[in-house]
Amino acid sequence: MDSKRRDFLKIAGLSAIAGIAVPSAFNSLLKGEALASEHGAAAAGAHGAVAPTGKRWGMVIDVKKFSANPGLAEKCVSTCHAVHNVPDFGNKKDEIKWVWVDSFNHVFPDDSSQYKKPEALDSMPILTLCNHCDNPPCVRACPTQATFKTKDGIVAMDYHRCIGCRFCMAACPYGARSFNWRDPRGKDANGQPFIKAENPKFPTRMRGVVEKCNFCTERLAIGQIPACVEAAAESKALVFGDLNDPASEVSQMLKTTFTIQRKPSAGTHPSLFYII
Amino acid sequence: MYGKGRIIPALILFLGVMTSPMWFKSADVSKMPKPEKPKDYTECVAPVQEMRTSHMVLLNQWRDDILREGGSRIGKTANGTEYVRSLQNGCMKCHSDKKKFCDECHNYTSVKPYCWDCHLQPKEAM
Amino acid sequence: MIEKALKGSTGYWVWMLFLLSLMGVGGLCYVQQFNYGLGITGMSRDVTWGIYISQFTFLVGVAAGGLMLVLPYYIHNYKAFGRIVILGEFMAIAAIAMCLMFIIADLGQPMRAMNVLLHPTPHSMLFWDMIVLNGYLFLNVLCGWVVLQSEYKGIKYPKWIKPFIYLSIPWAISIHTVTAFLYCGLPGRHFWLTAILAPRFLASAFAAGPSLLMVIAMILKRTTKFDVGREAQDKLVTIIGYAAMLNFFFLGCEFFVAYYSQIPGHMHTLDYLFFGLGHGEQVYNNLVPFMRASVVMGLAGIALIFVSRAKQSDGLLVISCLLIFFAFWIDKGLGLVLGGFVPNMLDQVTEYYPSAQEIGITAAIWATGFFILSILYKVAISVKLEKEA
Repeated sequence: MDSKRRDFLKIAGLSAIAGIAVPSAFNSLLKGEALASEHGAAAAGAHGAVAPTGKRWGMVIDVKKFSANPGLAEKCVSTCHAVHNVPDFGNKKDEIKWVWVDSFNHVFPDDSSQYKKPEALDSMPILTLCNHCDNPPCVRACPTQATFKTKDGIVAMDYHRCIGCRFCMAACPYGARSFNWRDPRGKDANGQPFIKAENPKFPTRMRGVVEKCNFCTERLAIGQIPACVEAAAESKALVFGDLNDPASEVSQMLKTTFTIQRKPSAGTHPSLFYII
Repeated sequence: MYGKGRIIPALILFLGVMTSPMWFKSADVSKMPKPEKPKDYTECVAPVQEMRTSHMVLLNQWRDDILREGGSRIGKTANGTEYVRSLQNGCMKCHSDKKKFCDECHNYTSVKPYCWDCHLQPKEAM
Repeated sequence: MIEKALKGSTGYWVWMLFLLSLMGVGGLCYVQQFNYGLGITGMSRDVTWGIYISQFTFLVGVAAGGLMLVLPYYIHNYKAFGRIVILGEFMAIAAIAMCLMFIIADLGQPMRAMNVLLHPTPHSMLFWDMIVLNGYLFLNVLCGWVVLQSEYKGIKYPKWIKPFIYLSIPWAISIHTVTAFLYCGLPGRHFWLTAILAPRFLASAFAAGPSLLMVIAMILKRTTKFDVGREAQDKLVTIIGYAAMLNFFFLGCEFFVAYYSQIPGHMHTLDYLFFGLGHGEQVYNNLVPFMRASVVMGLAGIALIFVSRAKQSDGLLVISCLLIFFAFWIDKGLGLVLGGFVPNMLDQVTEYYPSAQEIGITAAIWATGFFILSILYKVAISVKLEKEA
């Protein structure tokens, strides 16, 4: 066999391998994309937002009602943190929060302009939590599928599998994720446990894993509404329901009221809607 | 073989040292663990032998099924008794004493599962 | 061949003992971190990656830099790199080893690292990074060792190694591209969200990697009889010089896009890194002196490196290479990763300062890298000198 023919065969062989490997690699990449957006297959390549089908839990947050009920937002936070055994380390560095109260400028940083009245906006207690995006960047980033999207649109986590690389924290455009920098079951310098009173029905987390709001999957499974929604039930400041059910209260609300979402330009399609 | 006089005795000694726990422990039946079974219940979610060998597999299956596939949180035993498919809220309802049930065998086999780094054991038994 | 590493001068042993002591101290720091958790570092909820990941990012570049020697030698048959190419391959091994150690040091649950293999996730860039880094480590160990062993036996390297050498060339590009993709595919992190991040990474890699190599080659020239040769030296100067210039061209592009578009998100991090970011009452600028020094050092290094070639001055060459190396170490080993977290997703600013333990662990991993490098270079140089004597 002369050397030219051998060279040709080598090249042909390599091209064949490339021909097989490259499309399959792309397919698996795209499959990942589809996984991340679950029912979003129709949305691939589509211009504008195409809503997925199936059940999708979502929430409307009526900020005006929180303003009218001082202390309500804090009550939602403390209820959630107590139910889910979220530790309080008493410092900002180690802080873990599933839901918290922040100012308009922080929650909607792209939406603050020179002439909006900062005093009025700043005093608004805005409840902030995981957006349970339809196209979650954290799910795309996670190298172990420790964070994933469930069939009903919840971005969930399996703490057993998390390796603590914190790629999801870099990926989340909402700062909704927290890391266990130290043992949440530990005690502070005065011997006070970081978890004030453990809820025996829910686990804690361990050191070295990421955690975040789970939209109360454990409560939804037994027919309850999320803890924060329940805490705000009287004032109806939080409305929770299936975004794809036209009869649900959230759908009705979204039909009649103008709402905004956080960082819509990021293309994540959050499940949280704010009435300011 | 070069150095036969030293290598073979050394190998025997090495094997002896490495397997010594087997020689000393293997026959000691009195040290076998006797986990305390719950008194009020006679039936577990699966046959005893299966639970003994693969309870950890079952726990992982429950977790993946419930968390990822949206599977039911309620299971049924062979006799139709309903139970919660959960370590903390299911297993520990019957096996309420972690020390007398879980630790008994885990200590014996030197297995250190990290279940309890997150899951809470029943308070009354602590 | 490895036994060559066990014979050396007093200087060699003192150097190795120094590295071992650093590794020992860092090991103790790691025990502390392992027992307490990553809270022992300066990282926080807002700045979730610190110097571990930034060193990792920089060292991927050092590893990829070996390409600048492999490519001319094996593809273009550039004979002058005959003595230096093995140094490039071995440097890649040490650099990748450091990368992997930095990743492990950064994991909250290092015992579960294998989960990445147990649950392969093609849509995660970290999964691909794991593949390309380990693949590149394998390729360099294989190619470097086989080629050197052939030389040791006085024969030409076997033919079957050639495809692996060719494969290592695109693979070197891939390691730094995928590492850039870790950052530039994240929505909301405007500083990283730039399509020229991978080209930028490669440009700085092709300057920083060969610069370090050049410094080591000059040290070897002084301490051993091993000389890479004037022609190789001059060629490397060209490569380093142009790669460094390309890096600054890319940096200039970033500045243009940010400040001409005036999009706040794109300007904020550059403000923070180079001018100080005013936020509320306070100005945050803890990285400004470093980043400015990086630019000055980089530009001075580019100028000096060409002067050194014109004057054929080894002393000037070492200085200019050090300037370029440290310029890019600051740029990527500090600014790129840390800057990306300022401001955070809620437009707040948290500044990061590494803790003592964190610095100890970082120093130890660098020492381990140099330890591996020293052993490999000792072997390579002993073989080369023996064959030539």
